[in-house]
Amino acid sequence: METSVVPDIANVVEKWKDKKGNLIMILHEIQNQYGYVPREISFQLSKLLDVPLARIYEVLTFYNYFKLKPPGKYTVSVCMGTACYLKGAPELLEELHHILGIKEGETTKDGMFQLEIVRCLGCCGLAPVVKIGNKIYGGLKRSDIVNLLSQYSKEGAPVAQPV
Amino acid sequence: MEKTVFIKDTDGGTKDRTREFYTEFINQLRERKLEDKIQVVRVADVGVYNQGVVMRLLPDNFLYGQLEMANIPALIDESVVPGKRIDHLTCHHISKQMKIVLRNCGVIDPEDIEDYIAHDGYQALAKVLTEYTPEKVIEEMKASGLRGRGGAGYPTWLKWKFTREVKSDEKYVICNGDEGDPGAYMDRSVLEGDPHTVIEGMVIAAYVVGATQGYFYIRAEYPLAVDRIQKAIAQAYDYGLLGKNILGSSFSLDVDVRLGAGAFVCGEETALLASVEGKRGYPHPRPPYPAVKGLWNHPTVINNVETLANISSIMLKGGKWFSGIGTETSKGTKVFAVTGKVKNSGLVEVPMGTTLREIVFDIGGGVLNDKKIKAVQTGGPSGGVIPEDFHNIPVGYENLQKLGSIMGSGGMIVMDETDCMVDIAKFYLRFCVDESCGKCAPCRIGGTQLLNILEKISEGTAHLDDLKKMRKISFAMQKASLCGLGQTASNPVLSTMSFFEEEYKTHVVDKKCPSRRCSRLFSYSIIQEKCVKCGACYRNCPVNAISGSRESGYKISENACIRCNRCFEVCKFNAIDRG
Ligand SMILES: Cc1cc2nc3c(=O)[nH]c(=O)nc-3n(C[C@H](O)[C@H](O)[C@H](O)COP(=O)(O)O)c2cc1C
Ligand code: SF4
Ligand code: SF4
Ligand code: FES
Repeated sequence: METSVVPDIANVVEKWKDKKGNLIMILHEIQNQYGYVPREISFQLSKLLDVPLARIYEVLTFYNYFKLKPPGKYTVSVCMGTACYLKGAPELLEELHHILGIKEGETTKDGMFQLEIVRCLGCCGLAPVVKIGNKIYGGLKRSDIVNLLSQYSKEGAPVAQPV
Repeated sequence: MEKTVFIKDTDGGTKDRTREFYTEFINQLRERKLEDKIQVVRVADVGVYNQGVVMRLLPDNFLYGQLEMANIPALIDESVVPGKRIDHLTCHHISKQMKIVLRNCGVIDPEDIEDYIAHDGYQALAKVLTEYTPEKVIEEMKASGLRGRGGAGYPTWLKWKFTREVKSDEKYVICNGDEGDPGAYMDRSVLEGDPHTVIEGMVIAAYVVGATQGYFYIRAEYPLAVDRIQKAIAQAYDYGLLGKNILGSSFSLDVDVRLGAGAFVCGEETALLASVEGKRGYPHPRPPYPAVKGLWNHPTVINNVETLANISSIMLKGGKWFSGIGTETSKGTKVFAVTGKVKNSGLVEVPMGTTLREIVFDIGGGVLNDKKIKAVQTGGPSGGVIPEDFHNIPVGYENLQKLGSIMGSGGMIVMDETDCMVDIAKFYLRFCVDESCGKCAPCRIGGTQLLNILEKISEGTAHLDDLKKMRKISFAMQKASLCGLGQTASNPVLSTMSFFEEEYKTHVVDKKCPSRRCSRLFSYSIIQEKCVKCGACYRNCPVNAISGSRESGYKISENACIRCNRCFEVCKFNAIDRG
């Protein structure tokens, strides 16, 4: 890992080095590349930027957006914005807990699904909305969840029709 | 095809007459052998509501409303064919919307600066840089009466003036695109649909205050908005609209993007500053205000996306024009994201002073499934609910405040009789508790205590004393919290308590939830007299909480029931009771 990692972040650091307040932007770029911010990289970053590791973790843990663990294959994001909440999102979430056996922020044992809560995906007209990978499914009922997930858990591409 | 006719029954009642009208229209066209010349389309939306059967004729763009079958021959012979307007059928629907901020959204290609320029884009900037001193711009802004659209409604001209007056060789402008309200997407739509107008507003702001660096602070959850703004910035540099000596003037400005990272408190301006500096988004007490000590301790103007999107129109048309729109103290238009239990959910832009009823019914088409409206929520987690009795008030900063809510950034959520006010208060408060940065005790501890009491209320274990306690904690949070998040977090609680006190009492005293939301306060049972023993509930219960047979009938075990409501939905005989 060491050797493949260093040049990547060296580039990122090079790009941002002279800009003030760069840490959050650098962490964004790292998460975009790896899907999360690996601990080894934070170590490297601490050396390259000459900032204490604690300062990096202070930022990583404050902001919900940054992940410290690798994500599952599909991220299932349940919108808990106001419109979705009113139109039944809590039931969808309960059903997902039930079927996947995990809570938000966790990943299923097989690494297939990761459950997340998000706030307003900006398509409130379709509420309640669930996003799987980067596909958005709207107007869902509790009973739709099983079918929706089974499209993904089978091998191959999803066949459900996103709206 | 020479002409197109759009048809839609806009009454949205139980009987949709669109198809009937459409069929007859086609039959009559056939009789006249015109079916190849005139295309008839049934559409989902013609842009007007509650005007009976509506027909729009293109390309003539005539709009007819309240149409009857008997009008069809006249419509074809006297209007469609000769291209003349029939006055007495014309729909005098005046659109209640007015587009200033959204004028280009959906009209221009947001990735093409040329298209923006072709729609008067960057004309305002050119005018300002060649004809206006910064003082003159401030004067126009003052005349316009524009107030911040990010929540607090502070006069924009005053903010600019203060920042201008502070002496410093380093100043900043920041566009607040954090859009934290969890049910709103106005700013995102503007950033995605018309990024250049926001850039233009920012450059003018920077010129006025004397800033040399601008930042867009946008939430990372809006990747398309980020992408569009980045593209737009690059194009603006290519056209000499950003960078050194803009449009040949002596004014220079660099602009960059910084991403949020999923912390609601970072929408608050002092927390936002910390975040742009690459640190944890902790707020700090004001004063000093950002106008004096902002980014890296230099004077900084922070404006919301929608605020900046108004600037170019004000500069082109004048402050006086702008102040002619709206009410005494709230000028111009406001964009709202109208969502929840409303028929036409979406973005609307209306002049200030439009009533909530007009927004929800005339533009939004009314309540979904024709249920009774209970309240409209504005201001997101910092706002409050407004019950039906007050839906005639004209929308404006002061009016909403008087009702215990706020204008906020523009979220507007329609709630019907099935929405429980305790549950709503809990929803917003939980959001604030989750998002509290924890720096100060009133917000951190007070919020959690309030939430605990609300949980007790919805579980039927609270006492009347608890309601008093909630008021006390709420006031303490308002008074003692460090930043706006904690100061306003109790607003949804106070406002639901003041308008829906009875509903709270029913929860506390009778241990009932009238809207059947608080699942601990009702249970499911089968009304044997109505039950036909079809077994549908039995087969559909996901946890086998229903037992019995087609002979003996069915029973629900209260302990096993998870209150999923499935039996209630599947029973066709209304035999499930939720008491
Ligand atoms: C908790 C909290 C969250 C806020 N979130 C936002 C936001 O998402 N967008 C925004 O423009 N202003 C937000 N504000 C208001 C800003 O602090 C600030 O007043 C505003 O950006 C100023 O711009 P304006 O004068 O153009 O409205 C928030 C304030 C508080 C207290
Ligand atoms: S009021 Fe809440 S969010 Fe604001 S500083 Fe205090 S703890 Fe943090
Ligand atoms: S679905 Fe309704 S009618 Fe059928 S068995 Fe259940 S309660 Fe009785
Ligand atoms: S609230 Fe879910 S998409 Fe807006």
